[in-house]
Amino acid sequence: MSINGKAYIVGAFEHPTRKAPDKSVAQLHAECAAGAIADAGLTKNDIDAYYCAGDAPGSGVLNMSNYMGLRLKHMDATDCGGTSYLVHVNHAAQAIAMGKISIALITLSGRPRSEGSSGTVVRSRGTGVPDEPFEIPYGPVTVNMYAMCAMRHMHQFGTTSEQLAWVKVAASHHAQYNPNAVLQEVVTVKEVIDSPMISDPLHRLDCCVVSDGGGALIVARPEIAKSLKRPLVKILGAAEAPKHQMGGKVDLTYSAAKWTGPRAFEEAKVKPADIKYASIYDSFTITVIMQLEDLGFCKKGEGGKFVSDGNLISGTGKLPFNTDGGGLCNNHPANRGGITKVIEAVRQLRGEAHPKVQVKNCNLALAHGTGGSLGTRHGGATVIMERE
Amino acid sequence: MATPYKDRKIADPLLNIGDEPYYEAAGQGKLLLKKCAACGEVHFYPRGICPFCLSDKVSWQEAKGTGTIYTYSVTRRGGPVPYCIAYVKLDEGVSMMTNIVDCDLDTVRCDQKVKVVFKKSEGGVSIPMFTPA
Repeated sequence: MSINGKAYIVGAFEHPTRKAPDKSVAQLHAECAAGAIADAGLTKNDIDAYYCAGDAPGSGVLNMSNYMGLRLKHMDATDCGGTSYLVHVNHAAQAIAMGKISIALITLSGRPRSEGSSGTVVRSRGTGVPDEPFEIPYGPVTVNMYAMCAMRHMHQFGTTSEQLAWVKVAASHHAQYNPNAVLQEVVTVKEVIDSPMISDPLHRLDCCVVSDGGGALIVARPEIAKSLKRPLVKILGAAEAPKHQMGGKVDLTYSAAKWTGPRAFEEAKVKPADIKYASIYDSFTITVIMQLEDLGFCKKGEGGKFVSDGNLISGTGKLPFNTDGGGLCNNHPANRGGITKVIEAVRQLRGEAHPKVQVKNCNLALAHGTGGSLGTRHGGATVIMERE
Repeated sequence: MATPYKDRKIADPLLNIGDEPYYEAAGQGKLLLKKCAACGEVHFYPRGICPFCLSDKVSWQEAKGTGTIYTYSVTRRGGPVPYCIAYVKLDEGVSMMTNIVDCDLDTVRCDQKVKVVFKKSEGGVSIPMFTPA
């Protein structure tokens, strides 16, 4: 059974806040839910399925369905970090295709900026986690796990700091048009390379922002989508997979996108060259380069060359990406960027991106997420969508 | 520019059931791996069940303690001193997360040969690390 054409994204909402010292995480989730439901033109009681991940407080679905007063037939709290919400889109489309549900709500929210989160602090999840006794003593933090991927990529493929910087430069070109973006100034390759070295070879400007906020999506059956007044965004294909340390046969040159990309493209019956716009998870600049290769937009090892010279900038480049400014400049709510990846793809397909970054005739878009840690264990998920 | 290695506070490993022999051996200057008698694969990190075939016929074996740096990163912000995190590919074929120590951290390179040394954690546990061979 395929999900191709069986479900539509009918609602999308990105919370405008980037700093929310006076709001609870539960309230942010509910505000995002209300925003997406209103965007779709639905009401709360139309929702019959709910999806959330590890950023939701307490035990997730139970606490949040209680908070929002949801009455549900279906629920899913799959958590694989920042890509969870793309996995949720896949799962919601599957449940819809099977006839189990009609309208699914997906939410993400968090306030890492208000809570002082940092990418250079060791985060232990306590006893019982099997890998931690063999990692925590060595000081693994978010940045150095991605930095080790970048270092190997540079060593094996000749990727340069200048090429990594081009990813940030492209994101900044887009963010200048987003009044909600945390970083709205256009930066140059030199400015990225001259920013402080955080963990070799990643500079401060190779890293994403830390921001509060959130987002929500509504996925619905085709006949419901067609009864609403919004442009139609049809899901063509999706795939998910975890990637890890392979029992010690560690290979950091590729991500789970190597597996999810081909499966999603096969289900969607399209190829990378058909994609008009791509939302590519951008926790760090290296994340983008590796995923572009793994998804088939270029050959393995040629991602650095692919992103150079502004090739990701909308209007001039060959593959416009992250036209909201992405996690690198706009927003990375809850330190998880998956939902904003889908939201900007939906804006592009609806023709509702900022006019300066709107891709002309944008009828086919891809969103891909990498959540967890690229250097140890991560989830990957790809969603391909079409404007009908 | 040089970044000489400096000792830092090393967090204690929070051991799970079955992990004890690994760190007891480290206290005697030995690096242990797990090998599966059913499929013949060596794995890391050590588990009670083989991640290649799910057999429980796994047993400890001593590693030579030598290998090459698969990748690394010197983390320069966030802590009191810079430190070099790495994956070292052991001569037995598996890679382990570790730190590169007792050298100028700016001279560390991918594919460099290294050998195991042991550094004490805050609570006195011996932690396997590597230094240029």
